[in-house]
Amino acid sequence: MATHIHNESASIDALHHEHTQEHAHEHEHHHEESFIRKYIFSEDHKIISKQFLITGLFWAFLGGLMSVIFRLQLGFPEMKLEFLRPLLGTWINETGKLDPNFYLALVTMHGTIMVFFVLTAGLSGTFSNFLIPLQIGARDMASGFLNMLSYWFFFASSVVMFISLFVETGPAAGGWVVYPPLSALPQAMPGSGLGMTLWLVSMSLFIVSTLLGGINYITTVINLRTQGMSFARLPLTIWAFFVTAVLGLLSFPVLFAAALLLIFDRSLGTSFYLSEIYIGGEALPNMGGSPILYQHLFWFLGHPEVYIVLLPALGITSEIIATNARKPIFGYKAMVGSILGIGFLSFIVWAHHMFTSGMDPFLGSVFMFLTLIIAVPSAVKAFNYITTLWRGNIIFTPAMLFSVGLVSLFISGGVTGIILGNNALDIQLHDTYFVVAHFHLVMGSASFFGMVAGIYHWFPKMFGRMMDEKLGYIHFWLTFIGVYLVFFPMHYMGIAGFPRRYYSFTGFDAFKSFVDLNAFMSVAAIIAFSAQLIFAFNFFYSMFRGRRAPQNPWGSNTLEWTAPINPGHGNWIGDIPKVYRWAYDYSKPNADKDGFTDFIPQNIPLYQTPHSNLPHEQELAKIQEAEDREMKKLVG
Amino acid sequence: MVNFILGLIVCLILIIAFMLFRVQTIVSIVKGHPRVGFSNKVNAALMLILPIAGVIAAGWYSGIAAKYYLPEAVSIHGKQTDFLFWVAIYIIVAMFLVTNAALFYFAYKYQYKEGRKVTFFYDNAQLEMVWTAVPAIILTVLVLWGNKVWWNMMSIPEDQKKQALQIEIMGKQFGWYTRYPGKDNKLGRYDFRLIDEVNEFGLDFEDKASEDDFMPKELHIPVGKPVVLNVRARDVLHSVFAPHFRLKMDAVPGMRTQFFFIPTKTTAQMRAELGKPDFNYEIACTEVCGKGHFAMKYIIVVEEEKEFKKWYAEQKPFLENNPEYRGKGMKSLLKKNLADSEKNKKQKELAEL
Repeated sequence: MATHIHNESASIDALHHEHTQEHAHEHEHHHEESFIRKYIFSEDHKIISKQFLITGLFWAFLGGLMSVIFRLQLGFPEMKLEFLRPLLGTWINETGKLDPNFYLALVTMHGTIMVFFVLTAGLSGTFSNFLIPLQIGARDMASGFLNMLSYWFFFASSVVMFISLFVETGPAAGGWVVYPPLSALPQAMPGSGLGMTLWLVSMSLFIVSTLLGGINYITTVINLRTQGMSFARLPLTIWAFFVTAVLGLLSFPVLFAAALLLIFDRSLGTSFYLSEIYIGGEALPNMGGSPILYQHLFWFLGHPEVYIVLLPALGITSEIIATNARKPIFGYKAMVGSILGIGFLSFIVWAHHMFTSGMDPFLGSVFMFLTLIIAVPSAVKAFNYITTLWRGNIIFTPAMLFSVGLVSLFISGGVTGIILGNNALDIQLHDTYFVVAHFHLVMGSASFFGMVAGIYHWFPKMFGRMMDEKLGYIHFWLTFIGVYLVFFPMHYMGIAGFPRRYYSFTGFDAFKSFVDLNAFMSVAAIIAFSAQLIFAFNFFYSMFRGRRAPQNPWGSNTLEWTAPINPGHGNWIGDIPKVYRWAYDYSKPNADKDGFTDFIPQNIPLYQTPHSNLPHEQELAKIQEAEDREMKKLVG
Repeated sequence: MVNFILGLIVCLILIIAFMLFRVQTIVSIVKGHPRVGFSNKVNAALMLILPIAGVIAAGWYSGIAAKYYLPEAVSIHGKQTDFLFWVAIYIIVAMFLVTNAALFYFAYKYQYKEGRKVTFFYDNAQLEMVWTAVPAIILTVLVLWGNKVWWNMMSIPEDQKKQALQIEIMGKQFGWYTRYPGKDNKLGRYDFRLIDEVNEFGLDFEDKASEDDFMPKELHIPVGKPVVLNVRARDVLHSVFAPHFRLKMDAVPGMRTQFFFIPTKTTAQMRAELGKPDFNYEIACTEVCGKGHFAMKYIIVVEEEKEFKKWYAEQKPFLENNPEYRGKGMKSLLKKNLADSEKNKKQKELAEL
């Protein structure tokens, strides 16, 4: 008995010893941090990414809920919405209907929230932060401090925007583009009062956050790549995040300028956007400004913003499709080329949002040419995804399902861009439901699918646990069907000329049709939204109670899966892995002879896989071997 | 009470769903977790079944809804854009079907199978060339065609420009107002500082051209004759949208915009064809402008030239109805303002003394 106890205590001692050793080891990378420094004001890119993610999901829920409320009005114009009074108060008027001003506020906030807070901060903020250091082999971002600031500026911006929902005159309501003079004149609508001021403050903070984040992503990708991680070996995710950050860095300052001038016009009596206005029974003193100037400034950001939202989703998809098709991504170079091409072109197409603004027809011509060029790299990307599936061995994880869904949505929403980009055709369709259908499919839903796919795929790395797959499947199919049922019918309405941002269509003979279709779409929207609750449950439940994740659950090649299951601050214990090959050696012929299954991670030297190397890699293998031998000598 | 019971039922359903979920999880843990299970087959099958069902449903609905989705074009340029539109629609529907079919078929066909040989196919210059070139060619054709139609719309031939009927349309919160040039076919000057409750347009009656301008309740235009809409806004952005005419132009405060078109069918003809005696051509607003954005309706009446001329002759100029505005204009307003400020200044000085 005594010996037994002795043995036990000895083993405990040994355990303890091991533990302290491990602890000492960790100590090399980071010192003990207080709760606040570790989880709140953290400089660890992984924690910051989770902060972006949780905040983004909060906003996604809110933005989605808003769309359900205005879909109720659109689908069931006669419905009494008394039951929403506890939530919306006086925004439900005496007759039990949604107040038209509040309808516009809902539409505006839905757009703002989804585009900026969910699909920019929630998507880029989460995955650029999480994946850039882990996939390029860096211990953290170039500046952890700026990274932390980036999140907290976003947080402050979120708080201001959230507060604006509760002010008496309501939040901003002039559409997410907030065109002046409507947004500049408080007398034009209640939403242009305090709500608009808060919108501008919030967006200014948001821009600061984006710039801090972007500068950090760019610097990190350029400077902190591990040994061997040349640009030509970067996973496509990183390429996408990198170009996204560059786009943001070049375009967001222009939005800042636009917002600043609008603030001046609102508060300091300047006339940048205002001229010859008679409103509320008086002629305003402003002369010489131009509302069109604002539109140019806004869309100079606004169009790249579409790609800021979309590119990360496409990058994530590239990674997931290759991994789960167990096949290299087709046309890596073409994919990189398309990302760069789209990035460049996105800056010179902005005025296609303004074909009917009264600008010079010659300008309209030029922008049509440029706009339709951008369809070519987009088409190349779609074809390459499809070819990647061809003769693969596809495993439908929830992430893979969402990625395939994304490609479908990207195509379906993309093709209508060919019509809208054509200025002669845009005249009829501009600001109708056709546009709503187009961008909700190609930008909204596709990017949202990319974000969800990314969450399913990297959840094990983020939380060390797996999400439930079956719930994931149900979530996917309900969402996928729901999204198509909501947005596909909008094309019919758009072709019939139904204008967007209409509270009700009953006033016009021309827009009397499609009553049933509108109701149908609203039901589909409610189903699609409810499906997100399944996801929310899966997400939070799995975070604490999910199955424990193995180190590399999807059999993936990229570096993040070589890090410990729950990586600490610093990501890798010991040396950072070195990179010897690209990220897409899936199902390489003869890999089994080298002792590998259907994937060879990036950190495996070519000289360890002599049988599976392609002819041009044999030479490289020799060089790598010589280099490593040299290195060993130096270190040894 | 009913609400309470409903709530209780919902709670029960949620609890049952949660229990089922737990059981499922525990069973899957006990049974062990295969890399690829039966659900892969189910998902792959759905990848085939649902898109096919979707396409059938969309095709079926397109047939039903055909009578709603694009009203007949009743302007010359509208017929051109419609033709291009339908050609483009057929092209993009073809693209949509072919690429989505490939996507979902491959997803189904190459679903996971134990021991399937994956083709290590990562690059092919010819293929890349093909699918860069094909969209590029299709797009070039559409762009050049679209550009031609665009310039047909935007450049007005000199002779038509001269004989075109000039009409002004002004948007304000929340309605449209139109003004005709009267007998001289010249729209008079205006200034936003002259606007008041009666003189909605801010017409300057020191300008002779303003004297015979009239503002009707509806927009009348003669069929087959060129019309130039001069668009303006007096408070915030609006946008004139007349769906039947394929006409849309933003109304911008401080900047005049124009839209040129030739109507091809009278309201009476359209009523007869549709069998709807109360049919009217409408104008709507398509730039969000505030609370009443969805209710800025205005009627366009297209009629035979004879009827139009008769109607035109019957309209009374603004000045005839409001003779007190005769001679009022910017010059007198500025003079008055100047005198007022002088007076104020003097009074101030006096007060200071």
